[in-house]
Amino acid sequence: MSSKALVEICFHGRGGQGSVTAANLLVAAALKDGNKGVQAFPLFGAERRGAPIRAFARISDEEIHLRSEVYFPDIVIVLDESIIEIVDVLKGLKRDGKILINTTKEPEDFDFSNKYHVATVDATGVAIKHDILVGGIPVVNTPILGAVPKILDRVTLPSIQAVIKNKWKGEGGEINVKATQDAYESVDVNF
Amino acid sequence: MTVMIDTGNYIAAKAAVMARPAVVPAYPITPQTTLVEGIANYVKTGEFKGEYICVESEHSAMCACIGASAAGVRTFTGTSSHGLLLMHEMLHWAALARLPIVMCNINRVIGPGWNIWTDENDSISQRDTGWIQFYCSSNQEIFDTVIQSFKLAENKKVLLPVMINYNAFILSHTSMPVYIPEQKEIDDFLQKYKPQWKLDVNNPITFGNIILPVDYEKIRKDMQNSQENAKKLIPEIAKEWKKKFGRYHGDLIEEYKCDGADHILLAMGAIGAESKVSINNLRKEGLKIGLARVRTFRPFPNEEILKLGKQADLIVIDRNISIGSEGALFSEVKASLYGKSDTKVHGFIAGLGGKDVTYNDIETICRKVVEGKAKDCEWYGFEGGGK
Repeated sequence: MSSKALVEICFHGRGGQGSVTAANLLVAAALKDGNKGVQAFPLFGAERRGAPIRAFARISDEEIHLRSEVYFPDIVIVLDESIIEIVDVLKGLKRDGKILINTTKEPEDFDFSNKYHVATVDATGVAIKHDILVGGIPVVNTPILGAVPKILDRVTLPSIQAVIKNKWKGEGGEINVKATQDAYESVDVNF
Repeated sequence: MTVMIDTGNYIAAKAAVMARPAVVPAYPITPQTTLVEGIANYVKTGEFKGEYICVESEHSAMCACIGASAAGVRTFTGTSSHGLLLMHEMLHWAALARLPIVMCNINRVIGPGWNIWTDENDSISQRDTGWIQFYCSSNQEIFDTVIQSFKLAENKKVLLPVMINYNAFILSHTSMPVYIPEQKEIDDFLQKYKPQWKLDVNNPITFGNIILPVDYEKIRKDMQNSQENAKKLIPEIAKEWKKKFGRYHGDLIEEYKCDGADHILLAMGAIGAESKVSINNLRKEGLKIGLARVRTFRPFPNEEILKLGKQADLIVIDRNISIGSEGALFSEVKASLYGKSDTKVHGFIAGLGGKDVTYNDIETICRKVVEGKAKDCEWYGFEGGGK
């Protein structure tokens, strides 16, 4: 991806998993890394806990004039693997696009790995390891962000960690930063 | 100057608080809710030192704004859709009482069918209340317009309330980077509000009393004159803002690549931003096309549009409809040209009910007109069958 190019990202998750927060944190980090135009937004409408939801991010070197939804993402990020069975997460993904999945499986375990660049990371495992739980449920949105710099050179891990520390001061922030580090180091890719 | 990355609503809350209003009465409604939550949070942090009043309805919100503003203090509120409609009676009152209230309205569909997405029928149906109406296309424009609007509204040549409209979710819930000046810089730009008159227990006078037709007519004429004055002041304030902060979103309209254009597209709000992508693509294809993004619907930019109409054929996209007639912008654009230009104007209704309008859709609309295939007025991409 050339540095000028617009990068469009689609997050798939379930309501309550923090997909929108992930999109917001990612673009805040991208801005910090010198990308002048950034945008993050949810799929507009009512959100219900547990229901499949989408969130979007755009990253560009220029001011972004687009206000429409993302239809042809460069990157798809799946926070909940079970969604793949009920939602066509590959819909619109560009031919040279990448998909990052929260899973214990390896990229080759997905039948679309012969067509797309697939990256996998066990964000749920990382969340459990660091005790990042809300109501007993692992929170995967911050760990999975740690994996993004492995597949997108427009955003760096230190910037992601800085925006996380800025959002959650003190120990909470530190734990999340460690989780992003773990995720970054454990990404598996087929490309 | 700092960069804040946040949603349109939180940016509007930040701007409102930095304008230092004394009173913010508000009632929450989707998708405005995070705007009032944002202001409530600034109460908690101590950054908002005014009075925040949680009222029981939007009608009450506007009543409280009227009371506060009449008592001589700067007043702000925000609403959306049905909330705006519930205020309707008091919107007229605020304007006729000449109260410089500033309000954000997040453009949302009117029900039934129940729908929280965006179109402009809520604010367009408040067109004749006397309020100045801005339509924003980015979060930066929301911030800058909120601050500028207080300066405009409080100018003694205007003294009219201002409604700042922006699209539900597309702006209200989308995070974008926004440059925020220092509080001192805002204070220098926007001086403390000095009312021309106010309700004062030590100097009791009455307002809004019964008056004879001849005097009432004077009130209406003065409001009309004040809207005309706003036409001159909006560019002056925008120029001062540009000089101080380096940012400019246009005057009554924002022209984009109109030089040498033989077709000019007119649109408001988020479609006005998306259209820039379309214009860039169509220019690359060799089409001589430009964009005039209409920023103010009241006062209406008649002179600017006439000038464009003398240069090029016009294409109008409306995300609203005056049922039984046509798109509101389309009607008013044609009225601006009447008898002075015989340029062609094509109107399109698009994006009602929050239906997405993409750069691709806008390019299709423009090509259809340029190729001479467009009707005078049509619904773009209508999926319901029939005509």
